Amino acid sequence: MSDSTNPLRDPRDRRLPRIAGPCGMVLFGVTGDLSRKKVMPAIYDLANRGLLPPGFSLVGFARRDWANEDFAQVVHNAVKEHSRTEFREEVWNQLAEGFRFVPGDFNNDQAFSTLRRTIEELDEQRGTAGNHAFYLAIPPGFFGEVVGQLKEHELAEPSPGSWRRVVVEKPFGHDEDSARALNETLASVFPSGSIFRIDHYLGKETVQNILALRFANAMFEPIWNSNYVDHVQITMAEDIGIAGRAGYYDGIGAARDVIQNHLMQLMCLVAMEEPTSFDAESLRIEKLKLLSAACLPRRLDLTTARGQYAAGWQGGEKVLGFLEEDGVRKSSTTETYAAIKLNVENRRWAGVPFYLRAGKRLGRRVTEVAVVFKPAPHQPFTRAATEELTHNAVVMRIQPDEGMTVRFGSKVPGTQMEIRDVNMDFAYGGTFTESSAEAYERLILDVLLGDPPLFPRHAEVERAWQILDPVLDHWASKGKPEQYASGTWGPSSADAMLARDGRTWRRP
Amino acid sequence: MIELIDTNAAGIAAEFVASRLRAGSPAMSMVMTLVIVVDEEGSEDAMRVARQASHEHPARVLGVILGDGRGHPQINAQVGTGAGWTGETALIRLEGEVVRHAESVVLPLLLPDSPVAIWWPADPPADPAQDALGRLAQRRITDAAGATRRRSKAINAQCSAYAPGNSDLAWTRITPWRALLAAALDQQPLKITAGSVTAERISPSADLLVAWLSDRLKVKVVRKNSRGPGITEARLDSREGPIVISRRDGRLATFSSPDRPDRPVALKRRQLPELLAEELRRLDEDDVYAATARKLMKLHLS
Repeated sequence: MSDSTNPLRDPRDRRLPRIAGPCGMVLFGVTGDLSRKKVMPAIYDLANRGLLPPGFSLVGFARRDWANEDFAQVVHNAVKEHSRTEFREEVWNQLAEGFRFVPGDFNNDQAFSTLRRTIEELDEQRGTAGNHAFYLAIPPGFFGEVVGQLKEHELAEPSPGSWRRVVVEKPFGHDEDSARALNETLASVFPSGSIFRIDHYLGKETVQNILALRFANAMFEPIWNSNYVDHVQITMAEDIGIAGRAGYYDGIGAARDVIQNHLMQLMCLVAMEEPTSFDAESLRIEKLKLLSAACLPRRLDLTTARGQYAAGWQGGEKVLGFLEEDGVRKSSTTETYAAIKLNVENRRWAGVPFYLRAGKRLGRRVTEVAVVFKPAPHQPFTRAATEELTHNAVVMRIQPDEGMTVRFGSKVPGTQMEIRDVNMDFAYGGTFTESSAEAYERLILDVLLGDPPLFPRHAEVERAWQILDPVLDHWASKGKPEQYASGTWGPSSADAMLARDGRTWRRP
Repeated sequence: MIELIDTNAAGIAAEFVASRLRAGSPAMSMVMTLVIVVDEEGSEDAMRVARQASHEHPARVLGVILGDGRGHPQINAQVGTGAGWTGETALIRLEGEVVRHAESVVLPLLLPDSPVAIWWPADPPADPAQDALGRLAQRRITDAAGATRRRSKAINAQCSAYAPGNSDLAWTRITPWRALLAAALDQQPLKITAGSVTAERISPSADLLVAWLSDRLKVKVVRKNSRGPGITEARLDSREGPIVISRRDGRLATFSSPDRPDRPVALKRRQLPELLAEELRRLDEDDVYAATARKLMKLHLS
C-alpha cells in the first residue's frame, strides 16, 4: 500500500481524503454508554463521509440473546440519537449489511470460536481481508480475560499482509502498578504498535490546534518560556455531578479520572519542545521528555487541594451534594475537585509553575489552557494609571466554544491615560457539521489507518501515574476532602494554594 | 440587516463597524473575504450557500448584484452581522454606469491583508483571471454546471482560460469519486490498461474525471453517455479484471474489484454548501486541477 506506486495519488492533491483499507471492527461491550454515544455514531458518521472502506463490517460481542437484527436495531437507535451527520437510509443500509452479532460470555470458548468463524466469513463475503480492530469498550477488569481469549483462539494473530489491533479507553489503571499490569496484559498478546489507547481529548481539533499555534507561528514561541511566562493554568471544569456513574466514580475521583490523562496530555502539548516531525515517534519522544521533567513540589499539603461538592444551586437548579448521590458511600473520601501544582525542571520552564485543576459541579463547563505572562519589566505609566491592568494572557479554549482569547492592556477611551485589560477573542470555525469530524471519528479512522500520532503510549501513561501517585497517597492519609458549594469554583483550599504563591485562579 | 440606499464603499465599510459595535462584540475572527457575483434571481440562494460555508470559514461575504448598466449610477446595500453568519455580510446592488466599475466598490471593502475568494454561481466571465473583479481574488471559483448559456462548452471554456487560482465546482464534485478510485488502487496496485466514465450527456464533472484519469494513468479513457443523474459509472480495466464503481441513483454506489466481493458504498451527490466549503479550505493554486485542465484541452483538440 505504498502511495508512490499509485498513479492516482499525488502529494499535491490535498483534496483526496484518506480512506481506510478493507477492514472490520469487533466491539466488546455493545450496550455501554461509550459504545452507544460515541463509537457507534462515529462509525456511522465516518461511513456517511465516505471514509470507511467499502465492505466495512462491525461485529458486536455481548452476553445477550440477540440475533444480528437485534444488534442492528441497537446501533440504529444509537446512530439516530447521537450521530452528527444527517441520517441517510442508503448509508445505513450499506453499513448494516456488515453487522454481525456474537452472543456469549467472555469466558465462553464456544462464543470465541463463533467470533472467529464470523470474522472469517466476513473476510470471504465482505472482503475485510483479515484486518480487524478489537474495540474493548468494557471495564478494564475484563481486559485480561478478553485478550487471553483472543490469543487462545488465534484472533490476535494476523495472517501475513493483514493486521489485528486492539483499542482501549481510559482508565489506564488507577496507579502506576496497575497501569503497568494492564499494559503487560495487553502487551502479552498484542505488539505495542498494535495497541491503541484512546484519550479522546487528543482527537479534538482544538487540541491539535495547540501544536499549530505554537509551531506554525513566529509570534508565540519566542515568549513561550520562563523569561516571559509567569505560570500556566490548565482547567477542566464540569457543571454536572457524577450523573449516575457513582459505581465508577466513587473511589476514582477527579485526579485519576482526568488529571492523570487529559490534563497531563494537554500540559505535554503546551509545554513540550518542538518535535522533529509530526509522526508518532517524534511526538512520543517530546511528550515523554516533558513528563520526565515534570515533578511535584516537596510540600504536598501546601501545593495541592481537593474537595467534594456539597448540596447547593448550580446554574439555577437545586442539586444534591456528592455524599447524598445515589450509590455513593456516606463516608466516601473520593474527591470531585482536585488541583495540583507541577514544576517542570528544564531550561524553558524552570520557575514556572503549572497549575492543573479539574472538578465537577463547578460554575460552568469549560476546558482551557491559560498561559499567563509576567508583567512588563518597566511601566512608564503611573501606578494609578495601570491599576486595572493585570497579566497578559493567551487562553486556548478546548471546549465548549472552541477558540482562543488574548488578553492585553489598552487605554480606556476618554481618560487621560488609564489602562485596563481587554480580551480579544478568536472563535474557532469548523462547526459546519459535514466537515468537522468529532474526536472519536478522527481517532477511529486513525486506528483503521494504523496512524498512531494521537494515541498516548504506555510509557507516557506510566510516567503520568508516577507523577500523580504521591499526591494520591498523601490524600489517602489525610482524612476527608473539603466540601465546596455546588455551582462555585471549588474549595477555599484551592484558592489558598494559589494565594501562597501570590496568584489567583482565573475565572474561566 | 441595515438597508443603505444610494451609498458607496465608505458607507458600507462604516456600517460594518457600526453593526459590529451594535452587536456588542467588537472583535471578529474572519479569515477571508468572499465575493459572490450573482444576479438578482440567484442572490438569495447564493447567499444562503455562503452563509452555511461561513460556519467553517468565517468570512466577510460581499454579494455583488450587477444590475442594468445603463443610466445614472446607484449603489444600494444590505449590511449586517449575525443571524446565522459567522462574519460580516453585505449584499450590494449596482445599477447604472457603476456596474462596469464594480471593482471600485469591492476593493475598499476587502479585509486587510487576508485572502480573497470570488465565486460565480452561474455564468462566469470568459477569462476569470482577467476579469476586473476576478483580479482582486487569488481564488476564483466558477461552476460549469451552473452555466445558463452554452452549457456543453462551459468547462472547456474555463479550462482554456485556466490561470493559477482558478477552480471549478465541477472539479470539486468529483473529489469523492477520485478518493474512491485512488483508494481502490491503494488496496490493489493493478496496472490499468484502459478506462471509461459514464455520465449524463452534459456533465463537466465527467469530462474532468476522464481528463484526470487519462492524465494520471497515461491510458485511453472513454467518455460514455447515460441518463444520469450525474456520473453513473467509472471503470478501470486491468489484466486481472476491472475495477468498477457504478452509481445509478446519485446516492449509493456499488464497488467491484477483481477477486473481491461486490460491496455497496455511499457516494452522495454533494450540495453546494459542502462544495463551497471544500473549495475555501485551500486558497493556493490547485496543481492537480491545473494538470487536469491542461489535459482536458489536449483531449479536446486531438
